[in-house]
Amino acid sequence: MAFILHVNGRPHRVEADGETLLLWVIREWLGLTGTKYGCGIAQCGACTVHVDGQPMRSCSTPVSMVAGSDITTIEGVAGPEAEAIRKAWVARDVPQCGFCQSGQIMSAVALLRTRPAPTDGDIDMAMSGNICRCATYTRIRAAIHDAAAAAAGTPEAA
Amino acid sequence: MTEQSSSGRRFALTRRRMILGGSLVGGALVVGYAVTHPMQVAGAILSGGGRDPEPSAFGSFIRIAPDGWVTIVNRQQELGQGIHAGMAAIVAEELDADWDRVRVVDSRSNFRAYGVQGTAGSRSISGNWDQMRKAGAAARFMFVSAAAARWNVARGSIAVRDGIVSHPPSGRSASFAELLAEASLQEPPQSPTLKQAGDYRLIGTDRVRRKDVLPRITGAQIYTQDVRRPGMLVAMVAHSPRFGGRVARFDPSDARRIKGVVDVFAIETGVAVLAENSFTARRGRDALRIEWDDSEAERRSTPDITRHYEDVANGRTDLEPAEFAMKGEDAGAPFTGQVAEFAFHFPYLAHAPMETLDCVAKVDGWDVSITSGAHLPIVDQVQAARVALTIPGKVDVEVIPAGGSFGRRGLMASDYVVEAVRVAKHARGRPVKLIWTREDEMGGGYYRPMSHHRAWVQIGADGFPERWRFRSVCQPLLPFGGNPQAVEGIAESPYFSTATSVDGKLFSPRFPVPVSFWRSVGHSYTAMVMEHMIDQLARRAGRDPAEYRRILYQRAGASRRVAVLDELCRRAGWGTAIEPGWARGLAVHEPFGTVIGQVAEVRLEQGKPIVRRVVAVVDCGIAVSPDQIAAQMEGGIGFGLSAALYGAITLKDGVVEQGNFDTYPVLRMSEMPAVETYIMPSTGRPTGMGEPGVAPIAPAVANALLALTGKATDRLPFMGGGMV
Repeated sequence: MAFILHVNGRPHRVEADGETLLLWVIREWLGLTGTKYGCGIAQCGACTVHVDGQPMRSCSTPVSMVAGSDITTIEGVAGPEAEAIRKAWVARDVPQCGFCQSGQIMSAVALLRTRPAPTDGDIDMAMSGNICRCATYTRIRAAIHDAAAAAAGTPEAA
Repeated sequence: MTEQSSSGRRFALTRRRMILGGSLVGGALVVGYAVTHPMQVAGAILSGGGRDPEPSAFGSFIRIAPDGWVTIVNRQQELGQGIHAGMAAIVAEELDADWDRVRVVDSRSNFRAYGVQGTAGSRSISGNWDQMRKAGAAARFMFVSAAAARWNVARGSIAVRDGIVSHPPSGRSASFAELLAEASLQEPPQSPTLKQAGDYRLIGTDRVRRKDVLPRITGAQIYTQDVRRPGMLVAMVAHSPRFGGRVARFDPSDARRIKGVVDVFAIETGVAVLAENSFTARRGRDALRIEWDDSEAERRSTPDITRHYEDVANGRTDLEPAEFAMKGEDAGAPFTGQVAEFAFHFPYLAHAPMETLDCVAKVDGWDVSITSGAHLPIVDQVQAARVALTIPGKVDVEVIPAGGSFGRRGLMASDYVVEAVRVAKHARGRPVKLIWTREDEMGGGYYRPMSHHRAWVQIGADGFPERWRFRSVCQPLLPFGGNPQAVEGIAESPYFSTATSVDGKLFSPRFPVPVSFWRSVGHSYTAMVMEHMIDQLARRAGRDPAEYRRILYQRAGASRRVAVLDELCRRAGWGTAIEPGWARGLAVHEPFGTVIGQVAEVRLEQGKPIVRRVVAVVDCGIAVSPDQIAAQMEGGIGFGLSAALYGAITLKDGVVEQGNFDTYPVLRMSEMPAVETYIMPSTGRPTGMGEPGVAPIAPAVANALLALTGKATDRLPFMGGGMV
């Protein structure tokens, strides 16, 4: 079957069975490998992308479900929240192995878009679907607060 | 400069390269610090696997480009631990390079250039400390010589700082870039003078930061999972559900009918499906019908093995133990008076790195090429050659960053690399990417071994141990040699300082469940054994657990432990009041040459330990990168707490009961404590930091629970995990 997928603002014609999972279409059909396979059952969040602005687990999303939707991957995520998050990530040297970080950043950007000044409780809620086996959690939490503060115009010392 | 002088210089440098250890590649100065390895014969066989990054250099780590940028070759493997930064900082410090103009590249596996390559035992910094310092100092010497010659001044009057060579009396200065050609003509010294720790300007500062963050936050970093090659196929392999099981027969017809499935065949470890892409490989594998021969497979369940271990420890089997930590003449005599008795059970643990196991392999006649997030590339090289029936020198191992490993990619068996090569042999010269699913990884063995420990302590009138007896049971990690990792952290304990006798016996059963190294190895449970026992002994003696430890350390002359303990108590507010429902627990351990202490603040919520804060103190010698030491502490605590709360791989009739993060839960954001890391000032040689953070957290939590409830913990994980 053929689908038109809107990924990072550009339409792509994709030939695939409807049940093909979005993760593999993004990675192997479109060659956008920043979105990762980590579990395949929507448990780890490494495959997180935005579908019409909402964070979704692409490993468990059939491609037929998202035809016509706006899909954003780590390669395409932009805007003030994404910029603030990336700056904060660099300032704190958040990543270790880095494999989960695409998903972490996609979840964090989505969080800041709905909660510009998240509490620790908000961060727990929004980020507990993203596993990091290097346990960079303390730095992710701090960096999200930094990014929120920066976006609010009250930069915190990193 | 003119074109003519440039080419004339290049000619001169090429000529000099014949004489000097350094070499010039593409206009870059390469300074090699030669290592003469005892394994010359092995070297001849192993050499030639990978492309030489510096063709004529032997043991070369530094390149300086005409624009002045310094490239440092990292011979260790980047698994997330940030080792590239520490390795480069050591070189840059001695070279007095401009850290902001230093880049790091990973080396390929290349015995001739980089010696035996493997990342293990938290030894990257300590094991490369001298060699990297000398490499940097030798290059610096050459720039100083070049400047002295150019300005006709004494070498001793030359200073180097941030990539600028200067002669302060005359005010002259030149950059590395400007001096590059002349420096390359200088003779590198045999024994360069190294800096004293007090003179460090980069090492030990917060300027030593990672240089690999950007690609990790844009999706640009390529891991093995992301490698794409022209004509590449993707492979998945169906493995036996039981360890030691073999394929009896299989029906590939349904799998072959799936569009995009290229081939289906049996290999030693199961049935492989080769397909055009990952999704199709998975569908093809799901369509296989396989009958397994379990005649030699492990068929027991975890409770059976647990009971067997208890029988072994109690001497009710014919397994012969090996002695460890034997001390005193009356070791075997019966205990008298007050005797405390302990027993511990620990489960198998999966590593569960975020990137599952994967490897890109190509077999083309005699030539094999491998791309993977290797941990022990030299072992992978030899193992790949063995199964491809070639010599190791024909195997090129391209090492790229791994999405975690925690020991899983560092096997002597190189299981997934060997499997990738076996599959690639069927692909007629096309590259093959082998991908393991999460279920493959969790069910695939090479776990942190299960272990059982019994201990008896005869307690003196002063409340301190008089005699110790241990009976430990643990599968050996390696097919050869003894089983020293099983009791590391027990065998050399300073807690034996007050004892007249220690009688340690270790049983090492062997059976088909494969085990291997898991971050912090034996210390992942021996810290729990020793530290939780000590807290119980302290309570029994009516003493504060910190004070009890301090006395034992002082008697043992363990001054680093005393210093860490004292700093830990001060930083954690040990002995001060804490809110009702909360308690502090303390643990100090000494893994990989590092003394590390942690205090955890814990409460119980519906039977689950909640850890809100961990204060950690570490003495790891000279701290090369304080920020990365803190990162490893945070990560180690999260990794260790994850296992302590939830980690357990269990068997039912030989089949692993866990398959993914739903059945093998791991620590998540909401469960991560705040971590404060304090580094002891030191001028001692650096010691390990990648693994030590893992070890003390379980006993710190157990000791807090002991303080809260009065109840001791005799098994992990705290949340049960099917071990009961």
